[in-house]
This record gives sequence, structure tokens and C-alpha cells, in this order.
Amino acid sequence: MIETVVKVKLPVDETLRIKKNRLTPDVMHGNEPRLAIVSGIHGDEVGGQYICYELIRRIKQDYASLKGIVDVYPAINPVGLDIAKRESPFTDVDMNTCFPGSEGGSIDEYIASQVVKDMEGANVCVDVHSSSIYLKELPQVRMNDRDVDKVLSYAYCLNTDLIWVHPSNTVKEGSLSYALNNIGVKTMVIEAGVALKIYHDYCNKLIDGIFCLMKNMGIWSGETISFKQALVVTDSNIAYINCETSGIFVAELEHGTKVNKGDVIGRIVKVITGAVEEVLTSPCDGLVFSLREYPLVEEGSLIARIAKC
Amino acid sequence: MTVEEIMSVSTDYREDNQIKAFRFGRGRKSAAIVGAMRGNEYQQLYICSLLIHTLERIEERGAIVAGKEIMVIPSLNAHSANIGKKYWGKDNSDINRQFPGNEQGEPTSRIAAKVLSVASEYSYGIQFPSFYLEGEFIPHVRMFATGKENSSLATQFGMPYVVIAKPRAFDMSTLNYNLQMNGRNAFSIYTSTTVNIDEALAGQAVSAVLRFLTRMGIIRYQLHPGYIATVLGDKELVNVKSPASGVLHKCCHINQEVERGDILAEILNPYDGSVISDIIAPFDGIIFFANTEPLAFENSAVFKLIKKLHA
Repeated sequence: MIETVVKVKLPVDETLRIKKNRLTPDVMHGNEPRLAIVSGIHGDEVGGQYICYELIRRIKQDYASLKGIVDVYPAINPVGLDIAKRESPFTDVDMNTCFPGSEGGSIDEYIASQVVKDMEGANVCVDVHSSSIYLKELPQVRMNDRDVDKVLSYAYCLNTDLIWVHPSNTVKEGSLSYALNNIGVKTMVIEAGVALKIYHDYCNKLIDGIFCLMKNMGIWSGETISFKQALVVTDSNIAYINCETSGIFVAELEHGTKVNKGDVIGRIVKVITGAVEEVLTSPCDGLVFSLREYPLVEEGSLIARIAKC
Repeated sequence: MTVEEIMSVSTDYREDNQIKAFRFGRGRKSAAIVGAMRGNEYQQLYICSLLIHTLERIEERGAIVAGKEIMVIPSLNAHSANIGKKYWGKDNSDINRQFPGNEQGEPTSRIAAKVLSVASEYSYGIQFPSFYLEGEFIPHVRMFATGKENSSLATQFGMPYVVIAKPRAFDMSTLNYNLQMNGRNAFSIYTSTTVNIDEALAGQAVSAVLRFLTRMGIIRYQLHPGYIATVLGDKELVNVKSPASGVLHKCCHINQEVERGDILAEILNPYDGSVISDIIAPFDGIIFFANTEPLAFENSAVFKLIKKLHA
């Protein structure tokens, strides 16, 4: 059933509605486990739109296997999605810094407070993100190190290549994930792909993982895959490659490649001189799980992240 | 005065984004003053330019106290200022959400790390930030309630109010929060405007800083003693929300005393101009902040009121 979670009347003849689709079994006993799937906090991340669609479609195809509640919130920043803007179009603030929100602050803080209120009581939440326009990410789960004990066992189900325990922006204080974990909703963040694009292979892999999670929670009795064993890494196992010159990044390897120490990741070239300014090599053996997508770089731009393995 | 480039960030299509420090006096590093971090903070940039101009004349007169040094960094983001962009041009990141930063990290994180490192060498940190909501304030000094704040020092600016605010999640990645956590006395000076230059308010901010530097024994300068500041905590500043969305027609202004039941603003139908709703003062108070956007959103704060301290 499609429900409106937050409704804000906009000044000129329009109402903003944040909706969810609540999928429930035909017969309810009152103690069903509840999973929340969230997407579209950043308006330029569209991978989650496909994931939400496909998840709902597959559940509806085999409704008899649904044994618990799945709440799908595809668009927390609907106006941002409409105009492909990452931040809130009302305040230019990253909505994922506004949680748990406030009923007396800005429009974003009000929306955040109502979203958190609606999700309260869910057992588990998965917040789906698709990186930024600058970096391509292998499917990965991110969680704040504070929450590892509570959420790691669920994160394994999600069929990702990697679980990164790290207080990055999407899981630190101010994020939906941090706020929900504070009120007992075990929440983790998925990052995969690049903003403004849908990578169907990544998305389908994650959808398979969400069904595994549902099975683990007792929400799904249908067929699922055997999920992949993810590599769990903390910051001490990650190498960050930043360039020290500006120019165009030309990759020498594919995203998701396993590299050895000394392998060339790519080159920074200068357009006007036709010269190679910098050759970037891997400082360790490992998996390139983040790789520069937007080729124009400046001094300090992040080029790659490598999980040591 | 000496001018030093403390950092530059290169890009292929423009000249480097240079960050310059203007230093006055020699000796103990006493006060670091940081201006515009966002490209649209023209008022903050202007205040720094006035300050640099005045400090240069003070130094020429020999009125910087011997053994004291002042540093002013007027802008961290000249590239964005030149194109009227709020955040960092290449990746839209906000420098004042990157602290403490990482000197091996991305460009704005490197800038944050460098500026924090340089400013932390000074005993006092003063910054001119802009507020995340569009609106006008009664000019004030703000410190974060970290347990390390010293509100009596903040009153030495002689501004009408000192606000001690509980830090929100995003405040923890600002320069001033991190300076405070590094054991420095760090103050944010809010002067109401950002994109537009207000000469009178800019002059007030410059006077406040010069007053503080004088009272801290860093410069010798004669000026009006300013206000005896009222120190406000979060509890004394109350948000007043709009009950409806529409065109915001304000009926009062900042610094105005209002009584419970007064109409602070009308919310108008954007098509026929009829009054949809009123925003009513919930108690006797003084208007501290007023939204300056033409439109109001239901359930969003339009005013901040100081709860009147005396009957």
C-alpha cells in the first residue's frame, strides 16, 4: 500500500510528498519483522530507484513468500531527484547531515524528523546510495565502527564485495544511518556505482542480497542465492590514492581489478602540453574498489581506494 | 604587514587558488582571523579587507603591541568567489564542513587541514561565517558549547549578544569547533548578510574585532566600548515556525520587541494575495533572526525569538 510519510505544502500550488510502499503478507499476526529500504536522500543518485522498483516487482511476483513487512521509501529527496540535484533544493544542504532532524528547524530538518519518526520500530534498515559523479564504487556496505556489533551479521547477507567499517559521511553523526542506529533500528548503508547512472549488474546483485537479508530476518521464504562472502575492511586496510597534479586522469585498469604493489592505476596527463604529469601506482596488493570516474582532476583529487588483501 | 601564500591548489584551466595570510606585528602568535570560506561570502570578504586596511594603518602608527602577531586570511576560496559559486568549484564540497581535514586528502580537506594547523598556532581564532539559512540576525558572537568555551571572553567584542550554541552534527566539521577542540578560544562573528555588502554592519564587525584585540592587549586602539553583551543559550532562543506555506509578508523586523499574540508575519496566497495564515508571537520577546526568503514553508522556522528575560 502506498502511503504518504511526510507532506509539506510548498508555497506555490504544489505539495511535496514523501511516500513509501508498505508490502505486507496477506495474513498478519502482529509480530512480523520489519525491514525499511531507503533511497534518494541524494537527488543525483539513481541506482536506488532501480533497486526499489525491482525489489517491489519481485515481491509482488511471489507475494506468498512474504512473511514480514517491507517498507520501501524510494525518494527521501523527491525534488532533488526531479532536478538531478544532490543536495536539498530548498537549502542547498546535504540532507544526510540533517538527521534526526527537528520539527522546528528548516524544511529539510522537518522532513528528516518525520522520516525518522516513520521508520522507528523497524528492525533493520538499508539506506541505498550510488556514490557521487566523481567516483565509481564496487557494491559495498558501509557502517560506523560504533555499530559493527549490531549490524555486521546483517551486512554479510547483502551480497557485496566489501564491507567497509569507517565513519564516512554517509554513516557519521547527522546521517540517517547514525540517527536510526541511535533509536535501535539496525541500519547500514549500501554504496554502488556512480551518481546519475544505473549499473544494472550492481543493482541486481544488491537486490539478490536484500532478499538474502529478508530471508535471514524471517521476512522471505522464497528462493534466494547463496550470498558472496564479503571482505571486511577498516581504515587501516585501505590505501587512498590522491593525485598531486592537475589534468586529466586516464585509467590504466578496470574498476574492481585486483592489483599488485607497483601496478599502474593510471596517469594524469596535461592537455595543452601533451605530457604525462604523474603516474599513479598501487602502494600495496589489493582490490581497487573505488576508481575515479570524472576525469578532470586537481591537486588532491581522490583517484582510487584499494582494499588490502 | 607581510603577505604570505600559505597554500595554493592548482587546476589545469585557471590560475592556482591561492590562500594568502596577511600578518601584522611580530612575536607571539596572538589572533588568527579567517574570512570567506564559501564563494558567496562577499560580506565576510569585505569585512576582512576593511580589517586588513585598518590593521595596516595601526601597524604603521606602531600600535601593534610589541611581541604580538595578528594574522588575517581573507578568503579560502577565491575561485568560487569569482564566479559567485557557494561551494568549491570542482566537487561542490563545503570547506567549512571539512575540518579537521586531511593534508593527504581531497582539495578542500587539504585546505581545511592547512588552515586549522596555521590558525591553531594562535591563541584566539575569529571567523566570519555565514548561516545555513537565508536571513538576517542581530549581530552577535557565537561559540559552541563544548565545555571549553569561555563566554566572558566572547563578551569582550562588545557586540549586543553572545550565543552559546550546542553543536549539531554538521557544526563538528567547522573551523571554529575544531579550533575550540584544539584548546583555542574561537569565536564566530555573525553580521547578518552574506551575498550583499552592508557597510554599517561590516563596520560594526571590524570595530568588534578591534575592540577585542585592544582588550586582549594585542593592539592599542581607541574606540567606543560597545555593548554590554547578553549571553544566550539555546533555551533562550526559540524558533517560531510558519503554520502554512506561501508568500512571506513580514510585519516586524530584527531587534524589535514583540508581545505574545502579536502578528509577526502573514502568509499570503501566492495567486490572489489573500491571507492564508498568521505567524503569531508565542511569548513576549525580541526578534533575533528573521528569514529573508520571499516564500515560507509550513513547519519551517521563520523567526528566532529571544525569550524576554525581564517582565
